[in-house]
Amino acid sequence: MSDSTTSPTTDNGHGLRSYLTGFKLALILTAIPFVLVATKDLTSLPASAILVVIAVAAVLQILVHLRYFLHLDLSATPRENMMALVFAAILIFIMVGGSFWIMFDLHRRMSI
Amino acid sequence: MTIDAVIASAPSASEAIAESHERKAFGFWLYLMSDAIIFALLFATYVVMSADAEGRQTARSLFSLSHVSGETLLLLCSSLTFGFAALAMHSVKRGAVLWWLLVTFALGLGFLAMEIIEFRGMAQVGAGPDRSGFLSAFFALVGTHGLHVAFGLVWILILASQVIIKGLTPPVTSRLFRLGLFWHFLDIVWVGIFSVVYLPGLL
Repeated sequence: MSDSTTSPTTDNGHGLRSYLTGFKLALILTAIPFVLVATKDLTSLPASAILVVIAVAAVLQILVHLRYFLHLDLSATPRENMMALVFAAILIFIMVGGSFWIMFDLHRRMSI
Repeated sequence: MTIDAVIASAPSASEAIAESHERKAFGFWLYLMSDAIIFALLFATYVVMSADAEGRQTARSLFSLSHVSGETLLLLCSSLTFGFAALAMHSVKRGAVLWWLLVTFALGLGFLAMEIIEFRGMAQVGAGPDRSGFLSAFFALVGTHGLHVAFGLVWILILASQVIIKGLTPPVTSRLFRLGLFWHFLDIVWVGIFSVVYLPGLL
């Protein structure tokens, strides 16, 4: 934390271009799933395929936001912040994954 | 340009200020991570509650793709304009900071207005949060996000008046930095909402 080069406010590298790149990428990654859902009757793609595209686009867009808007950088972001992010991700994985495991197992057993 | 450059006129105190800024940024980051866990669990609740066929039917008849794309665009643009405010802050342009904060506020307000219109429209056709488990989960998730946006709007107004009254002093720029984290975080949550709630609901 004491190292000033790891400050989350170092914005030499993330100028106007960073925000504009992030905005363009986010716009594209939003447009793809929205257009797919809007044209689902014309393209007659299976719903499961569209769901996969929605999920992939969402994960990519979240990474784009973290990188270009929140300026998260594996080398420049303080270690503590990264550790907190990873810890939150693990907690979310356990709690959300566990809830789904229990609830959908219950759902399957109830509907047999 | 970092906050150090802004306070370069007072080199003796600059290090202490930068350290206090870092500490507060880390504390705020921890808050955001716990908020992310709250949202993740609201998402999980929603997914479980929307698994039934009636919920899917309700979703298809209540959601509007054009309305959601409007909300998404407003929020995404507000993230960009907040970025412009942050850039103006780093080059110490007080007028530009104020201008971009106000644009961000207007876009955020537009988002909130669209959301309120959507909620009212749903309540009018009898699809309020008391109708079903699916709708309870929907209003809990999307409403919590909307509440965050509302608080963010109040925060933008407070910081805009601080920029007017106090100028871009180190404490104010430090607060603007944390407001930026909060605002961009809300946009990330919205990406989750349209990808988990609206788009699958309209499939």
